[in-house]
Amino acid sequence: MTGTRAGSAPPAVPAVRVPRRRGTELALLIVAVLLSVYGYCDVGLAKNGTVPPGAAGYGAGLGVLALLAHLAVRLRAPCADPLLLPIAVLLNGLGLVLIYRLDLETPNDEAAPAQLIWSTVGVGLFTAAVLFLRDHRVLQRYAYLSVVTALILMIVPIFFPAVNGARIWIRIGGFSIQPGEFAKILLAVFFASYLAANRHALAYTGRTLWRLRRLQLPTGRVLGPIVAIWLLSVGVLVLERDLGTSLLFFGLFVILLYVATGRLGWIAVGLLLAALGAFAVGSLEPHVHSRVQDWLHPFASIDAGDGPNQLAQSLFAFAAGGMLGTGLGLGHSILIGFAAKSDFILATAGEELGLAGLCAIFLLYALLVERGYRAGLALRDPFGRLLAVGLASIVALQVFVIAGGVMGLIPLTGMAMPFLAQGGSSVVTNWIIVALLIRVSDSARSQPLGEVAR
Amino acid sequence: MTRYIRHAAAFCALLLLALLVNATRVQVVDSDSLDHNPANRRQAIARFGQPRGDILVDGRPVTGSKDTGEQLRYERTYKNGPLYAPVTGFASQVYGTSFLEDAEDDILSGTDPMLAPLPLWNDVTRAQNPGGKVETTIRAAVQQAAYAGLGGKRGAVVAIEPATGKILALVSAPSYDPERLSGTSRTVADAWTELNGWPSKPMLNRAIRQTYPPGSTFKVVTAAAALEAGVVTDLDAPTKSPSPYTLPGTSTQLTNEVDGCVNASLRTAFRWSCNTVFAKLGVDTGLGAMVGTARDFGFNDRGLRIPSSVAASNFDTTLDKAQLALSSIGQFDTRATPLQMAMVSAAVANGGSVKSPYLVDRTTTADGDVLDSTGTRTLRQVMSPGTAARLREMMTEVVEKGTGTNAAIPGATVGGKTGTAQHGVDNAGTPYAWFVSWAQGADDPEPAVAVAVVVEDASADRGDISGGGSAAPIARAVMEAALSGGAAR
Repeated sequence: MTGTRAGSAPPAVPAVRVPRRRGTELALLIVAVLLSVYGYCDVGLAKNGTVPPGAAGYGAGLGVLALLAHLAVRLRAPCADPLLLPIAVLLNGLGLVLIYRLDLETPNDEAAPAQLIWSTVGVGLFTAAVLFLRDHRVLQRYAYLSVVTALILMIVPIFFPAVNGARIWIRIGGFSIQPGEFAKILLAVFFASYLAANRHALAYTGRTLWRLRRLQLPTGRVLGPIVAIWLLSVGVLVLERDLGTSLLFFGLFVILLYVATGRLGWIAVGLLLAALGAFAVGSLEPHVHSRVQDWLHPFASIDAGDGPNQLAQSLFAFAAGGMLGTGLGLGHSILIGFAAKSDFILATAGEELGLAGLCAIFLLYALLVERGYRAGLALRDPFGRLLAVGLASIVALQVFVIAGGVMGLIPLTGMAMPFLAQGGSSVVTNWIIVALLIRVSDSARSQPLGEVAR
Repeated sequence: MTRYIRHAAAFCALLLLALLVNATRVQVVDSDSLDHNPANRRQAIARFGQPRGDILVDGRPVTGSKDTGEQLRYERTYKNGPLYAPVTGFASQVYGTSFLEDAEDDILSGTDPMLAPLPLWNDVTRAQNPGGKVETTIRAAVQQAAYAGLGGKRGAVVAIEPATGKILALVSAPSYDPERLSGTSRTVADAWTELNGWPSKPMLNRAIRQTYPPGSTFKVVTAAAALEAGVVTDLDAPTKSPSPYTLPGTSTQLTNEVDGCVNASLRTAFRWSCNTVFAKLGVDTGLGAMVGTARDFGFNDRGLRIPSSVAASNFDTTLDKAQLALSSIGQFDTRATPLQMAMVSAAVANGGSVKSPYLVDRTTTADGDVLDSTGTRTLRQVMSPGTAARLREMMTEVVEKGTGTNAAIPGATVGGKTGTAQHGVDNAGTPYAWFVSWAQGADDPEPAVAVAVVVEDASADRGDISGGGSAAPIARAVMEAALSGGAAR
């Protein structure tokens, strides 16, 4: 915790007023909306030879949502990072385009209208969060409320029937909600708050003997609650058979613990725990075991004469895209079948936009994460820093887990590509994450300069 | 804390790097093998995503494409399926392709790089070329005459233009409609099972994929070998042949169907198809000369393509004298495709020069720009023009006053040779009726068509099956169609 500052952090010359860059944000938003509308038209032209009838409405709808969000930011977070909102709008718009594009292949199962409604809800919550959450430090007070709510949200779906092998859904009427998605934010808030309060204890207890004690666990008094929470959440997730979210929570926990304490021992212990857990779950739990087998031998089902499985189809889709892609609407990623619009949405992007488009999407996510980290670096209060890093890391880990999964880098775990994938809970959660990042970045950029963060 | 945040950021950057490297692996490095994985439907989707190019007979398409709107979108249709099935073959969504549909698949499906407007153009634009066209050498009138002549009886007809090697007719009967194999529906699988289950094997292309004992039609080859080897110098000199003829080294006696073969001249023996004379002639000519001549005509050639591959006709290369005697009259292990016997007849008609037979005149783009045209190619000079002239003389007499009078065409010079081939255990099978011939119109400088007909009609009366009776009328109809068409041109 030496608190050095790099040249890229707050400007060296104390300015009277930090440039707010709201105009930049507006310009980028217009670009994001236009890009999405262009993609929407492109799909229609490629598939039917005409601009889709809803193009104007779609563009107007997305534009209004973007404007609404922009006005909220302009009003209540005038110093916020200008890149966050346009990236979110672009990814959400692109996701709608991809889902609409896949809807054309499945005329009886349209997902884009519902996704648009959920996006509206998401932007609404974003706006509300920006308007009413005036200071992120308020959240620190609700750490324990957050964790209890998170646990409840994660436990509730166990009492609902499993969908496709995972008990992560609540179905009420026609709507299905994935409460685990919201739990992410709550857990990040709790971790940030708890670690901000206890980081010194965690960092300094038992650090007397260099090599031996460095790896030694701190006293149970300090460590107990957090490990208990972690065990609970992971246990619940194993019960729900949702390996992806489990991996996400674990990764989030380790990253925040490291950032808070700076102890490599945590990383070592964390990796050890992860390896043990992965091995145990991978060999004992049949659902997960088959995923690992699919990852190791993606073409085994072809050799067995059963045709390509989803992962093989996904790899075929990416390969068909090549460098430049087939063009929107011209690929055949629908061959993936089930979950083509949700877990495997990236395969459509990979096939139709190619490696070039895929890299662009990855870089958009990377930029989003980078802006989150930058806000974390610029902030001075430990809670804010940990919250920013935590929220950004959620995005980074989620993208890695699902993108790595559908591209054969790691075993496949069902998870939503942030903003792109079909899934209401996911899109709403991601909008709240962006709202919180806007809030912390506004705090970071509007705070008085000259003071060194500690 | 700042330092640790930077470390965590570096970790995230590492994850990004891993994703980018992996994306490059899947989309660039491994993409080729993934694209060509047989389980990947994309190739099939692209293949059937546009209308298939057409196969043309006399400049008119005999194929078509039907838009079904399904995943494998365009299905092949055939305008006169059974008639042209031995030429076109089938192009099925499920069972692949055969014959011209197979041999010219790259052109028809549009994947041939020659169809691209510029080299590598399609690799960049990902555009697909419209399927090209394949113009065949088949002449509809000749093909129809052959098909009608067979009238559904099991057998095959091949007609060749002797001077060029162009295949004018390629018929196999019974036939089938290849359109039944287009598509992905249940009925396609049923049709496939049904067609394969029939004992008459409708999908067997008897003209090029089936070999038969050629019987007496092989005497053309034996006569050519004997004349070329100098064993016979005078067509009218007695051949000192007994009848019956005892096969050398055995006590088996070979007899004739007709009288007057004792000591007959080559001319007489050819006209009346004397087994004894030709068996002895083959032995006198010797194994080496017989094998050499047979090979020059095209026997024992496993590499012949028209462009579909042709089954190899067989003349054994190691034979004792008794076997050689039988082989020389087209029995024992001697086997020939109808195409091979048409090539024999064509070589005689064309002064001893064997032309490579071909079915594809040229291939063009969808717009008609010529991509490739097949030229006449001489395979070998199997005999001197003089020998060929003497063979033509003998073959003409067969039609004028021998066993092949049924093939005579008024106003045209026709040469032919009948054959009746025994087969089966102890020759118990219904014999195959053969006729090979050529015809020259009155005003033509050279013979315009050479034909081979084989009829293996199981239902016919045994006594009625003979080259002159069953096969010669079909050959005549085919030659008439070829000659009149030639005059029209």
